[in-house]
Amino acid sequence: MDWGFVSATFDKLIGALPLTLAVWALSVILGALVAAGVTWMRVSGSKPLIALARAYVAVFRGTPLLIQLFIVYYGLASLPAVRASVFWPFLRNAFDCAVLSLALCTAAYQAEIFRGALLAVPPGQVEAARACGMSGLILFRRIIFPIALRHALPAYSTEMISMVKATALVSLITLWDVMSVALKIRNDTLVTYLPLIIAGAIYFAVNYIIGAAFLGLERRLSPHLKPRPS
Amino acid sequence: MGGLDIFGFGPGGWGFALLQGAAMTLLVSACGLLIGATIGGFVAWARLSGALLAGAAGQAYAALFRGLPELLIVYFVYFGTSTLLTAAAHAAGYEGFVGVPAFAAGALAVGVISGAYQAEVFRAAYRAIVRGELEAAISVGMNRALMFRRIIAPQVMRFALPGLGNLWQVALKDSSLISVTGLTELMRVSQVGAGSTHRPFAFYLGGAALYLVMTLATTRLFDAAEARATRGMRRAAG
Repeated sequence: MDWGFVSATFDKLIGALPLTLAVWALSVILGALVAAGVTWMRVSGSKPLIALARAYVAVFRGTPLLIQLFIVYYGLASLPAVRASVFWPFLRNAFDCAVLSLALCTAAYQAEIFRGALLAVPPGQVEAARACGMSGLILFRRIIFPIALRHALPAYSTEMISMVKATALVSLITLWDVMSVALKIRNDTLVTYLPLIIAGAIYFAVNYIIGAAFLGLERRLSPHLKPRPS
Repeated sequence: MGGLDIFGFGPGGWGFALLQGAAMTLLVSACGLLIGATIGGFVAWARLSGALLAGAAGQAYAALFRGLPELLIVYFVYFGTSTLLTAAAHAAGYEGFVGVPAFAAGALAVGVISGAYQAEVFRAAYRAIVRGELEAAISVGMNRALMFRRIIAPQVMRFALPGLGNLWQVALKDSSLISVTGLTELMRVSQVGAGSTHRPFAFYLGGAALYLVMTLATTRLFDAAEARATRGMRRAAG
């Protein structure tokens, strides 16, 4: 095996990792904010808001992310009304479109995770808190949020890993992420497997680290589930 | 031209091409799901077998293909199988490049991804079978093949159905990535239409609407199948 080629390829791919991670981090954070709004609508008790939240989740989970990305990047840019609007400096930028599109998609999945976590909070705990006189924000901050967070973590970690994998799609809208750099090296050198294998190893390592970090967080947040020292 | 005439079925209309693309999407996803079921079945078997090496191999397969980007797997399978086939053709004395049909490579890629997840679904489904039923089967003298066919397989299918429904949706959406190999499924037709009419917004929105119809309709199908498969079961709740 040509180790010079391997190390040169590795260097080039690592050089593209910051962009992959930036798209991931920004879209995940923005997605969490949107998801919080969608979850709030979903549990609001108001019929039109619930219907709207359900439709949002169904549409974004029921269509491929690739076509959502193309609607935002190629589709919106083709509309004269969008080109004339205040959003144009934002929507003409491939990076911003990638973040927006990935965020809207993950928001639908995250909203379902948040909803499931809220439903898993035992009603007795909420009743007890109310009996103590807690309400509103304090009830949420002290009782509902900590319990829901623990329930949400395993599914949330899976979603974070899905999002790392989803960032590879931004290579199709002209961004130089790990995936597209690997494809360019493949095209330039005509080496079939190595660039893709090295890129795969980088993605796998990132996912492994994220998975391990979430597992650590889970253990830290659930000390009461640890086996007792004998 | 404007309006919705581009989605029509007359001359210059893309309605028929889009529906053909949607049919291709369904076909390649279904083939992918079946390939995935075969792979997933073997991987689940390897992990449940108790054999150390087979179990480790099964676990490695599931971990690997769930940790890699789907797009990377699609490229890898497409380029990789073509290179393998070309090398094999060279060995057989045939010169020149031999490409794997985009459909076969696409279905295989979707299947390889789906298989990693289906293995987990099948494994969990097998564990949900009540031990006593297996003991009863053995005690009435069933051999392993008969026990698999009469006791294990029907129950695994029943317990796996909700998970498989989810994975069918995932396969349907992953199949859009095959458009990079040039297979004329729905995503690719939308791209071609967007390019040749210069109306990407309408085409991608139309394509997305067709995907949504397919996912919603097939979800109902899986729900109905689930209701039918569990009609004789007692439930703890619901």
